Amino acid sequence: MKSWNNKAWFLVLPVLLLVAFSAIIPLMTVVNYSVQDSFGNNEFYWVGLEWFKEVLESERFHNALMRNLLFSAIILLIEIPLGIAIALAMPRRGWGVSVCLVLMALPLLIPWNVVGTIWQVFARVDIGLLGYTLTQLGFDYNYTQDVVDAWITLIVMDVWHWTSLVVLLCYSGLVSIPQAYYQAARIDGASRWAVFRYIQLPKMRRVLVIAVLLRFMDSFMIYTEPFVVTGGGPGNATTFLSIDLVQMAIGQFDLGPAAAMSLIYFLIILLVSWVFYTVMTQQDADSAPGRGQP
Amino acid sequence: MARIVLNNIAHRYGAVTARSATQSTDDAAAYALKPLSHAWEDGGAYALLGPSGCGKTTLLNIISGLVTPSQGQLFFDDTDVSQLPTEQRNIAQVFQFPVLYDTMTVAENLAFPLRNRRGINKLGDAEIKQRVADAITMLGLEKLAHQKARGLSADDKQKISLGRGLVRTDVNAILFDEPLTVIDPHLKWQLRTQLKQIHRQFGHTMIYVTHDQTEALTFADKVVVMLAGEVIQTGTPEDLFKHPLHTFVGKFIGSPGMNILRCELDGNEAIVDTFRIALPCHYPALPGTIELGIRPEFIRIVNQGEGMPVTISAIEDIGRYRIVRALLGSQHLDIVVPEAVAIPGNAAVVFETGNIGIYHNSRLVNSNNSNTGVS
Repeated sequence: MKSWNNKAWFLVLPVLLLVAFSAIIPLMTVVNYSVQDSFGNNEFYWVGLEWFKEVLESERFHNALMRNLLFSAIILLIEIPLGIAIALAMPRRGWGVSVCLVLMALPLLIPWNVVGTIWQVFARVDIGLLGYTLTQLGFDYNYTQDVVDAWITLIVMDVWHWTSLVVLLCYSGLVSIPQAYYQAARIDGASRWAVFRYIQLPKMRRVLVIAVLLRFMDSFMIYTEPFVVTGGGPGNATTFLSIDLVQMAIGQFDLGPAAAMSLIYFLIILLVSWVFYTVMTQQDADSAPGRGQP
Repeated sequence: MARIVLNNIAHRYGAVTARSATQSTDDAAAYALKPLSHAWEDGGAYALLGPSGCGKTTLLNIISGLVTPSQGQLFFDDTDVSQLPTEQRNIAQVFQFPVLYDTMTVAENLAFPLRNRRGINKLGDAEIKQRVADAITMLGLEKLAHQKARGLSADDKQKISLGRGLVRTDVNAILFDEPLTVIDPHLKWQLRTQLKQIHRQFGHTMIYVTHDQTEALTFADKVVVMLAGEVIQTGTPEDLFKHPLHTFVGKFIGSPGMNILRCELDGNEAIVDTFRIALPCHYPALPGTIELGIRPEFIRIVNQGEGMPVTISAIEDIGRYRIVRALLGSQHLDIVVPEAVAIPGNAAVVFETGNIGIYHNSRLVNSNNSNTGVS
């Protein structure tokens, strides 16, 4: 017989209130907007799933989503291998360690909009060091007019800003590997590649899961930097979901579609993160005791 | 396979840094391993015995090349291998704690050192398969062969670590660095017997590091005892028991260990407290600490009046014999008494003269050649 003490509810009440105000109520407001239409005057009409249908069928949404997926894919493909490579190359002891760690942490300490501004100026053709140099060297570079140039600028900026995070995570994974593993590998005559493939990579897997998840979510939600650097242009070339959403909600004041779109956006991030997590932790489950039999 | 020779090898950790160079470089205590010359005969089963931190692992790592010694040379037969990297020395080494390649199956783990071979030493798939199968049978891992190595018990993991050494049947030597520490006692005994069998079968040189005397004495033909970075005695288990060259060996080998009594020398007699004890030969007077060593097995208990009186503080019955803890004057004494012998209330003891050793500053004074004194 379980005895219930209802006074216990009072103990969880504070956190419940906090979560309600910070997450549940705002989210429910969005849900509320997403199923209603308004013509001003604070009058709302029930429209059911109409906005969701409209958003999902709109080409504007499809294009923005594709841009987002492409951007995240490129970011992961560059930052994860690059991060691992840099972490492997970092010193393990001596004064070099702290120097490297500080250098790595620097970009992470800069606010998003400042990063955007730095690159916005840095890449300008008239006064920016990068843009001006490239132009003088004869490259036809202009991120405000050329789609590919705009993308390259954003990607390089993100790699500059966030690879450090992957490096720091991987480095923490690497230094936690006991020396005995490297010794055993030398005894077994393992090549440098085998050491990486069979010792370092498996031991880094947990931190890599975190790195991939964080970098995916962050890059998929990117807003500030492209907003500052390209403002979504040229044309709509760098209008990601988040920029599109803000334009819709604040620029056009289409609250219904914007609410529906944010919910879809949220669900996509949740879904993709879940897929990443499941795939990357699958191996753990496979090799759990008693389940590895063929 | 090869005879492994250490020529004046010594090692100091961090000896190359500027700071330690300016500090007292001659400080003997800074050595993890003091200058040492030693030969490991091909096919010998050696135990390297000593307390924690005495340099056993350092010595092992020098042989396998994981540590480059600060001085000295290492030879495999006539070849100087001092500068060869670990991979080229063809030495197998098993560590204290299991090291596994998590993403591989048990069989793949065992095959790994064989698959890494390149060039003329490269092995065919059939050969690898055969050797892995042999190792798996040898270690009783049949059921786990195709399971991922991650998530196995500590016992099985360590068996796999052992196996990765044993599949390499043509190694110069197999080094074991306290390999059975994490293994459960019953299995420990079983595995040790198996190692012994493998040694007989393949005749590898095996060096087995341990701080457990039972392990050392049952495994090895020859035991090398180390203390504070120095080899203090090498010999068969019998040698170590009968003729310990150092009080540490006396105390460390045997259960209970040798009795070490402070004494003074007077010709062919030793004076312990007020008692005069006959010695097998004449000893010169020596400066420094003089101690008399005698094994508990070589002390007889007699009735009062027939020997030196002792105060018995405890008697431990451990089956076939009893251990008597007693005080001779102010000094502690362990005596091993067979089950059949009665222990009188007012007991006295007699030392068997032939089995007494005299130690000068912890080292045995050579009684056959007492003129040269210290050995």
